[in-house]
Amino acid sequence: MSKWDISGMDSWTSADFPLGAVIPQAGNSCDYVTGGWRSNRPERNDEKCTQCLMCWIMCPDSAVVTEDEKVVSFKLKHCKGCGICAKVCPVDAIDMVPEGCDLPEVK
Amino acid sequence: MPTQKTIAATGNAVVAEALRQCSPDVMAAYPITPQTTIVEEFAGFVAKGRVHTEYVTTESEHSAMSACIGASAAGARVVTATSSQGLALMWEELHIASGMRLPIVMANANRALSAPINIHCDHSDIMGARDTGWIILFAETAQEAYDNTLMSMRIAENPEVLLPVMTCLDGFITTHSIDRVEIMDDESVADFVGEYTPVNALLDLENPVSHGNFAGLGGPFFEFKKAQREAIERSRKVITDVAAEYSVLSGRPFGMVETWGMEDADVAVVVIGSTAGNARHVARQLRADGVKAGVVKVRCFRPFPFAEIAEALSGVKAVAVLDRAESFGAEGGPLFLEVRSALYDSSERIPVVNYIYGLGGSDVRLELIETVFKDLSDIAAGEEAPAGLVYLGSR
Amino acid sequence: MQQLAEIRWHARAGQGAVTAAKLVAETALELDQYMQAMPEYGPERMGAPIKAFTRISNVPIEIHCNIENPNAVVVLDETLLAIVDVAEGIRSDGVILVNTCKTPDALRAELGLQGSTVRVASIDASGISLETLKRDMPNTPMIGALAKATGLFEVDPIVSHLKKTFGKKFSQEIIDANIASVTRAYKEVSVG
Repeated sequence: MSKWDISGMDSWTSADFPLGAVIPQAGNSCDYVTGGWRSNRPERNDEKCTQCLMCWIMCPDSAVVTEDEKVVSFKLKHCKGCGICAKVCPVDAIDMVPEGCDLPEVK
Repeated sequence: MPTQKTIAATGNAVVAEALRQCSPDVMAAYPITPQTTIVEEFAGFVAKGRVHTEYVTTESEHSAMSACIGASAAGARVVTATSSQGLALMWEELHIASGMRLPIVMANANRALSAPINIHCDHSDIMGARDTGWIILFAETAQEAYDNTLMSMRIAENPEVLLPVMTCLDGFITTHSIDRVEIMDDESVADFVGEYTPVNALLDLENPVSHGNFAGLGGPFFEFKKAQREAIERSRKVITDVAAEYSVLSGRPFGMVETWGMEDADVAVVVIGSTAGNARHVARQLRADGVKAGVVKVRCFRPFPFAEIAEALSGVKAVAVLDRAESFGAEGGPLFLEVRSALYDSSERIPVVNYIYGLGGSDVRLELIETVFKDLSDIAAGEEAPAGLVYLGSR
Repeated sequence: MQQLAEIRWHARAGQGAVTAAKLVAETALELDQYMQAMPEYGPERMGAPIKAFTRISNVPIEIHCNIENPNAVVVLDETLLAIVDVAEGIRSDGVILVNTCKTPDALRAELGLQGSTVRVASIDASGISLETLKRDMPNTPMIGALAKATGLFEVDPIVSHLKKTFGKKFSQEIIDANIASVTRAYKEVSVG
């Protein structure tokens, strides 16, 4: 399926928008970059981590990246820095650390 | 042509019958007086296998309309029914149904809103929902309630419209009175209503969509509302076309505005619902006494038939608008506000008097309508119109 | 038949007045008349006094309001006479029909209608019901008595409608008992 082209949306009239405010395409939440909302970033201590995957389950933005059923990193393009992963970690393996001024992964 | 049979039935029974004949996929509802017998009857149809509908019993009207919205977004043909406090409890969902452009059909048994508690007819429930983006039709009789329900399905699902439709009938007066009604055969109704082809159905896995999206500040929210306005404006022609087709089939015409004696009327009453018959009855008697009395019945309240009202009232010397609902602190009742606005562009400056009547089921005796016409005749003869609205027959 | 007949029913909730109002309306429909039947809804409890209304006309009925000046008043329970003004608004050529063992003259005196042109009719509908249906359900015999006292219908259309509508729900025994009660009441009603 071709990608929904919204490049001209700023000039769309009421007749151009899809009926009933639907988004006529699946899976496009990836395009919505929420990493810029973040003021604290999660950092995981691999030595403490037991790979229980609680953070992966609980992350509201699906920003915990796994490989072979193991947590490897955070997708900072979408991580809002909400801290839920750190809160639910049973072994305190995740710390929320303040962001600097620059968030290169967002751009 | 369809086979029609004449039956003795209540308004609620024939609404349930019409809903059954439309073969909805889903009904989600919660019972409330005086709507109860609609959903009760329909549940009976489901239990007996006379309709293949998923009947969802919910714990409130808020949930009922939520379930209707979900089912409609999934791509189902959806119906429900409510009344009064139930409609009020649905309020936020009503906006969501129209905003998401879901063609849900709902019957509303018009009943007063608390407090004080009251289970009888007035229009305060529906008038409180008049700006929710639903198309709103009114029935005078059980026959009209049946006809309106069938037409609603076609109007709602028309691709040019895709808006929810409410069909209103007066609580107890129409819902519970046994009346003479002509019912069409199932096959003819099925042909008339047709198959529903949903747009943006969630269950259409080939074409995935997201419903219930965000359109915040700087986003296209404003444009979506404009699109809704454009759709309800387009519905005017669709309503007229569907009604024309239906009238050929049934032999029963439908007008957004229906008039009696307006060709040469000096005095006219504008009214909604079951009281229209009382008004015609009195007007007919007055005609026999030489009074040129007329009646304008509004059968479609949203979209409001401004042009038709202005045309019907042209040349009249005095007009009374009968409101069975309050709009506390406004210039008058909801119908009055619309009618007088419809007359603004007329150069005739017709005096328009507003009467609030029949709240909480207060009986609309014929003498009350006679006093209205008497007032109008006095005004037409040069007497001053009453200042402000009149509570008709109140102590 | 006159153009519009308006009937007001007085009963206690549970005596079947609403059903009777409906049966009369349905019978009228079978005679190709226009009709309305409506109960006066309120907080309804078994035994509480209730009212119901029937309108019958040979032209379409447009009005939707209570009946204030009935042609006929039907009282299913004579104990109501002490607590409800059943004669309220009755037309001067109207008829009041009561389920009672009393004579029309005694009833007229009780209603304070001596010298009035209003006709008074009595029928022991409960007695008939106890003999035919083996229980006190005065509503169907009252229909027979009403038909005779008002001249609204012959007994045949009532019987044929009962057969049709009760046939779907009840045993032949019950249908026969109802038909017998209607027919007897039609014959036995006394109008004074």
